[in-house]
Amino acid sequence: MNLEAKALDIRKDIIELIYSAGCGHIGGDLSVTDILVDLYYKQMNVDPKKMDDPNRDRFVLSKGHSVEALYCVLADRGFFDKKELFDTYSKYLSKYIGHPNNKINGVEMNTGSLGHGLSVAVGMALAGKMDKKDYRVYAVMGDGEMAEGSNWEAVTAGAHYGLDNLTAFVDRNRLQISGTTEEVMTADDQEERWAAFGWNVISIQGNNMEAIDDAVEEAKKTKGKPTVIIANTTKGCGVSFIENKAAWHHKVPTEAEYQQALKELDERRAQL
Amino acid sequence: MNKIANKQVINDVLLEESAKDKDIIVLCSDSRGSAGMKSYAEQRPEQFVEVGIAEQNLVGISAGLASCGKKPFAVSPASFLSTRSMEQAKVDVAYSNTNVKLIGISGGVSYGALGMTHHSATDIATMGSMPNMRVYLPSDRFQTEALIRSVLKDEKPAYIRIGRNAVEDVYEEGNVPFELDKATLVKDGTDVTIIACGELVGDAKAAAEELSGKGISTRVLDMYCVKPIDKDAIIKAAKETKLIVTVEEHTMYGGMGSMVAQITSANAPVKVVNLTLPDAPVVTGKSREIFKYYGLDAEGIVKTVTEQL
Repeated sequence: MNLEAKALDIRKDIIELIYSAGCGHIGGDLSVTDILVDLYYKQMNVDPKKMDDPNRDRFVLSKGHSVEALYCVLADRGFFDKKELFDTYSKYLSKYIGHPNNKINGVEMNTGSLGHGLSVAVGMALAGKMDKKDYRVYAVMGDGEMAEGSNWEAVTAGAHYGLDNLTAFVDRNRLQISGTTEEVMTADDQEERWAAFGWNVISIQGNNMEAIDDAVEEAKKTKGKPTVIIANTTKGCGVSFIENKAAWHHKVPTEAEYQQALKELDERRAQL
Repeated sequence: MNKIANKQVINDVLLEESAKDKDIIVLCSDSRGSAGMKSYAEQRPEQFVEVGIAEQNLVGISAGLASCGKKPFAVSPASFLSTRSMEQAKVDVAYSNTNVKLIGISGGVSYGALGMTHHSATDIATMGSMPNMRVYLPSDRFQTEALIRSVLKDEKPAYIRIGRNAVEDVYEEGNVPFELDKATLVKDGTDVTIIACGELVGDAKAAAEELSGKGISTRVLDMYCVKPIDKDAIIKAAKETKLIVTVEEHTMYGGMGSMVAQITSANAPVKVVNLTLPDAPVVTGKSREIFKYYGLDAEGIVKTVTEQL
């Protein structure tokens, strides 16, 4: 499978979903898309036909507001009906809530309040070690989210228990709702911070599929400690007028913007 | 005088059951000593997880373990478990519907003179207000054992609060009436009903005996199942007795007494008097001294019933 093409298709779905629903966290969805595509179409052992497989890999979207990206990937992978998602997302009585919910096929854990997902992932990884299972656990954090103190409890425990079956991503897109991460609350030394806690740290260009995949492979080979992949991404990646603009944290495109976004993504896809 | 604390019973039951069920996991937050979990931790190192002084992580990790089929018991002082990790209890346990049993030890004012930082007089309100979270305050060691054996059989979230020290037996060994989520009728009566939970059930029972001696026929309900509360037993008491007095080691708002009043007012209006801790930091003292000060002990209950009836 051409993962780059898949990532552009998922981006189109995200734009479509947010435009039709009239809500969504578009900037963070587009920055994290490539990570989700590599995990769900190449790296992770997950199968909609075997959702309760005890050996499946686990995924926790700690930055739960990027739910549209996760839903589009899960729908495309066949975990649930794409039409149902697009017809009902965020609407009255829909089961597709604006943050991940484990009543939805393929979602392992409810997230949305930041600073929760990594602790849960540590628990999942510990369970894997206890049961001598070889599944892997992935958690995706936001860079703004790293200001939550509870994360550092989980970072400490992950290293303490040597959870080499655990890989965390930090979606380092450098923007959060109020502005740049450096203006809001310093996050620039992520690599040093995680390393100081005892994690294997890999820093990559986080919208580069090959770099993401190589980093995941390296994480799988790293023994005795968990790995964090600091994914230096572009918020809004793939759509020129959304990229690197804090205002697009959860702005909804107008009809003209929607058409323009799809046109840009189509053009990029044609160039592949 | 019983010398076996409720927490010791939990340790013993989990030690026994974990030998047969490898999915039972106990987690502590540097609290294995105060939790009475030392022997469990020593004998079941493979089924014990120490998270350090990090209650948020304690509950989050428990939820992750549960989502992978484990049966975690997160055992930590009730004061911290019910407030510091309240959001993890709400999101990772109650909302995510994970099979996590939160065991709040040294609950209520068990830590006495250590002060309000260490008291958990708001935990019924905080935990009970979360959809899908059950709240239990067992009264004595025998009921604690029955409760733990019962919740081991289900896969739903629960918060269980117990006190620090051994308390007088309410029931007798081998004769412990227990049905999950049904109040236990400790003593029947027709004039007044005392509804109590946790350590104060013993005081309610002693008060009822004294009142009966004075010719006041007193019913005692052990409402260990604060949530889901036994609505039928409350309505029955409201219809059959002239007064309900509730007794709990909890602040006056959002506790078991509030819940009782909510049910009686809608279904069978009767006078309900709530005996609680105040909406304020409590006076310095040991548990028993604090109970006496606020009229929650047997003597205080007798006084209230006599005045109100």
